[in-house]
Order: sequence, then structure tokens, then C-alpha cells
Amino acid sequence: MTPFDYIRPATIAEAVAAAATPGAAYLAAGTNLLDLMKGGISRPTRVVDISRLPGLDRIEALPDGSVRIGALVRNADLAHDAAFARAFPSVAEALLSGASAQLRNAATVGGNLLQRTRCSYFHDAASACNKRSPGAGCDARGGENRLHAVLGWSDACIATHPSDFCVPLVAFDAVVEIEGSGGRREIALEALHRLPDAAPERDAVLDPGDLIVAVRLPAAARNFAAHARYLKLRERTSYAFAVVSAAAALDLDGGTIKSARLALGGVAAKPWRARAAESLLAGASPGLPAFRRAAETALAGATPSGDNGFKIELAQRMVARALSLAAAGTPARVPALPASPFSSTAGALHVA
Amino acid sequence: MAKTHITMKVNGAEVEGLVEPRTLLVHFLRETLSLTGTHIGCETTHCGACTVDLDGKSVKSCTVFAVQAEGSEILTIEGIANADGSLAALQEGFRMMHGLQCGFCTPGMIVRAHRLLQENPAPTEAEIRMGISGNLCRCTGYQNIVKAIQYASAKVNGTEFREAAE
Repeated sequence: MTPFDYIRPATIAEAVAAAATPGAAYLAAGTNLLDLMKGGISRPTRVVDISRLPGLDRIEALPDGSVRIGALVRNADLAHDAAFARAFPSVAEALLSGASAQLRNAATVGGNLLQRTRCSYFHDAASACNKRSPGAGCDARGGENRLHAVLGWSDACIATHPSDFCVPLVAFDAVVEIEGSGGRREIALEALHRLPDAAPERDAVLDPGDLIVAVRLPAAARNFAAHARYLKLRERTSYAFAVVSAAAALDLDGGTIKSARLALGGVAAKPWRARAAESLLAGASPGLPAFRRAAETALAGATPSGDNGFKIELAQRMVARALSLAAAGTPARVPALPASPFSSTAGALHVA
Repeated sequence: MAKTHITMKVNGAEVEGLVEPRTLLVHFLRETLSLTGTHIGCETTHCGACTVDLDGKSVKSCTVFAVQAEGSEILTIEGIANADGSLAALQEGFRMMHGLQCGFCTPGMIVRAHRLLQENPAPTEAEIRMGISGNLCRCTGYQNIVKAIQYASAKVNGTEFREAAE
């Protein structure tokens, strides 16, 4: 591993100043960064350890009904916070469907948002990758690409964003609080990650030194607690990234959908909000006909980026299934196999 | 590269050392402290052979810089046995149920299972399998590892361990 200077700032202001220099990287748990550094994919010359900054490890219920999650809250602590899991069950389910116990114990909220793609060509220093080396080309285009993007990709990059957590978050209009050299600002999570266009090296709309300090879920997200699911198809039962995932949430009023939320994971370089499908569902009666129309709409712009045309129909089926599961109701406790299509939950539809 | 002085508590004992910032916790444990029970399998965060307890939580010690663990409490496989040196229930379970073949994953499996049983003293089979999903074993097919953890759970809880029918 390339040697680096190790700095442990005492305040957020010190951290931002220390990380604004070229070659600097923030270190929280390091569950993604350390592997990138071990493989020579990331070679920071200065590592700014923010893991002990005070005040960033809290889950706060704010007076307006929103929840503010500090950037250093560990994935496991958030998923197992009883009040949080009750209010936002699909977010807890998404967290528990990711990685393994060891990684969830360490990995942080901010780090989850900023984790890099798991595209194997990005991780292989011998392969051409525009995200790793701008202008080098993309070996994924002609390579093993059945798991790559079907939405929002460009000729320069077909990688996907690997996060589970971000998928329900983006569906619920999460907001990201960022501290930078110009002070504090906030943006919608949906606007944080970039599509690759001609500059895939920039994953997010962040400037050097920018530090995510918190993520907020607005009060309106609570309206979906009774009908919210995350569904994740993996090539193994556990401990694998999504081939395709879907976060579906319904606010039901008797036999009518008052409002719906839908987002997909594993299909694009960002968590993919399906707003047109949500609009279609609002006012409809919950059931397969409406869910299938929503699924088609959600994938309307999808095109294969390689040998992954199957992901388009798979994603449609996942959307219909996730909506069916959401309509059946949030289970009293997260299934032993969180978000798994192979988990048997009463009322679930297995043939959607 | 300047070295950093670190201190931490490992298996109840205060330890210290000089490390480069890029030193991984697992290398500090094995090479500086000579605690070679913690294994390095993949060194890429996949296999879990290097699992230790850090401040009461399972983590992969190849995915932590030693400097990040400064001031923390670490438990490794060397700290699992009972105070009198007899086998802990989990170690006994792995022995009785043939929970190991080559034994390479075993330290990580036992340290992880130790924390799993602290968090959930009577896990179901599905909970055990999910709980150890970050620990890879290439020999056993996991069947006997699951049984070993069920054996330890039963022993600790004073309940009867029954092997499920094959």
C-alpha cells in the first residue's frame, strides 16, 4: 500500500481544511477505502481520519417529524435502532440486506453513500477504466458485463452504484447535509450521485474537502411505514451486491393508493428514483395490473449496455414483486433473510 | 514514513507499539504482538478469517488500520478460552460437532460466533447462517459449523442440544 500521512482532526472545520488539499481522502470506517488502497486503486497521500469527530454519531428525531442521521452512525446501529426501524422499516431492511455483520458493524452512513462501484474492471488495475483513469477507455463494454447498468449509462462508463441503503433513502426524498470550505449546504440525495456522461471519474457532485455530515429523512417518509419493503436479488442468498433491487412504499387509503414511492438499485450509476411510475400508481387500486404498468414505466428508458438485457425484464419483475410485498404490509420483524426474494413472508406474492 | 505510537487493550492486557499508518490491525496483532491465531485469508475483506472483536463488535481486522484501533479493546481467538484454560462452549462445540476440517477459518468463525451469541443467545438456524455469512469456509459446507454454534448456544443456555435430522 502506498504510504500516506495520517491526520486525525479534532473538529469538522479542521477536517475540511485538511482534506481540501489534492491527494487527500477522508477515512471513516474504511470498509471500502482500505480495500481500494490495498489494491492500489486509490492512492491517497493524506488520510484524514474523521471517525472520532464529535457529534456525528447520533440519530436525532427533529421536532418537524424528520430524522437526522449523523454521517458516522454505523449501519448496524441504525438498522437496529428500534424507533428508526419502526418508522422506516424498508431502510432498515435495506441496511440488513447488505454486506455481512462485520462490515455493517463498522461501515458508516456517509461512507455508504460515497462507496465506489464494484465494477470488476474498476477494481482491476490492469484493465482500462475511465472512472479510475479518465480517458483510458472502458474494458467493461466488451467484457463480462451482465451485472452492469441498463439506465443512465454512457459510452464512457457502464458501472452501477452498489448501495442498498441509498435506494429507499432516495425514494423517501432524503437530504444530504454537506460541510465544505464555503460552509454548510444541503442537497437532495437524488442529486448527489452523478450519471457518468463523459466524466465518470466524478461519482458525486462534491468538491475537494466536502464532508457529508448527516442525512435527513423528511417527516412524509413516515406515512409509508405500514407498507414499505426493500427487495434485493443476489446471485447468492447473502453477502452479495444486488443484481437488481427495488424499494417500494405505498400509502394506502382503503382500496386506493394515495401515494407511492419507488426506486431501483443495481441498474445505474446512482440510486434510481422512478417518479413516472409513482405518478401512475397514485390514485390506482393496489394490485398486479397497476404494479405491472408501474414496472414497465419505471424501465421505459432502459437499454442493455452489454450482455445484460435480461436485467430489464428482471427489474420489471422485481418492481412488481416489491410493490406486491409492500401492499401485503411491512412484516412485524425483518425476515431472517432480509430483502430476499426467497424469504417466505405471509401474504407475499411469489409469481409476480 | 514516520511511525505512530499506539496503545490498546488486547485480550485484557494493555499493549503498545510503533506502527506505520498503513499497518493493518491484523498485521499488528500477528507480527507486533505475535498473536498469530487471527488468520489472514484474503486480505480483501471477503473471507472473515481475520475477524476480531473491537469494542464489543465483530469486525474484520484486515479492514482496519492499527491506528484506527488506538485506545480500543480487542478480543482475539487467544482470549476466547475460559479463564482456567478449559475450552469455551464454542470451542467445545466446534470440537464435538466436527466444525472444522483444515481449521483455517476457525478462529474467525469462533470469534464471530462468540459475538453472535452475545447479541442473540438462542439464534435460529437461519439467524446463525446469516450471522456468519461474512465468514467463508471452503471445507465443511457449514453444516457442522452451524451445529457447533447450536451446541454452544444450548450449553450456555442450559438447554438440550438436539441434532436436526439430516
